[in-house]
Amino acid sequence: MITLSCEEVRREISNYLDDDMSPRMRRLLEVHLEQCRKCAVLLDSTHNVLVLLADEHRFELPAGFSLRMRHMLAKEFEKAKS
Amino acid sequence: MQNTLVRESENDRILEGERELIAEILAGNHERYYELIAPIERRVYYTAYAILRTEADAEEVSQEAILKAFRGLRTFRGEAKFSSWLLSIVGNEARMRLRRRREVSLELLKSSDNEGEYTPIELAEWREIPVEALAQKELAARLEEALAALPEIYREVLILRDIDELSIAETSAALEITVPAVKTRLLRARLMVRDYFVSRSWARHTGLRKAQP
Repeated sequence: MITLSCEEVRREISNYLDDDMSPRMRRLLEVHLEQCRKCAVLLDSTHNVLVLLADEHRFELPAGFSLRMRHMLAKEFEKAKS
Repeated sequence: MQNTLVRESENDRILEGERELIAEILAGNHERYYELIAPIERRVYYTAYAILRTEADAEEVSQEAILKAFRGLRTFRGEAKFSSWLLSIVGNEARMRLRRRREVSLELLKSSDNEGEYTPIELAEWREIPVEALAQKELAARLEEALAALPEIYREVLILRDIDELSIAETSAALEITVPAVKTRLLRARLMVRDYFVSRSWARHTGLRKAQP
């Protein structure tokens, strides 16, 4: 069976997190991850940092953003009518 | 396969709905433009924010882009989603403003675009990072530092994809770079942000920096 090198796995980590790869590649990668502690930790820690980052940034729009946008558009619609 | 088909027909339905809505707006029912904008205004704002990094500029650019899209609605082809089109306008406007603000040419930004192989820091365990030991505030500061430490081209792509949750295609439209370029930068950005976070958390926690190989 063909196996992947650590370097090849590293190159695919981002695609793996995005679930953006062929089922065959996914299988190869998972076989490698089961056997290689180093790559498994790399995947885990990258994933975890991204989750933390997304959690920290549950951004809200600035207060009044939508309202100001609607005002701006309402003026534009007025102009478009005349 | 099944899933892909379902997703495609869903996509067609969205496109169809958008086309009808746009036809109505163009026929003079302008108020319905709000309906077109409402579901994506957050993503519009954060696309601008990812590039500009200040609230006031991001809001202004969002408004300008939304206005520009309204004025140019007749030129929208309807082959792609309206959101992708609008996000590419926002991305453009934001980059233009950034260029003016910093007087840095786009060429210069692009030339710092070193996208070669990247070697991440090795850890024995995720547990080595003392996340639990960090107070919530400290954790947030650490993450913010890591994000700020990234070179611009990587920070943009990371914010759009992993914080704003734009799709790869939308990120590509917003930044006007190819899909493969998005993927290459994203891999690098993700590994880098992890490394910054890991090394800084470590250094703060133990008072030591990890030895460089």
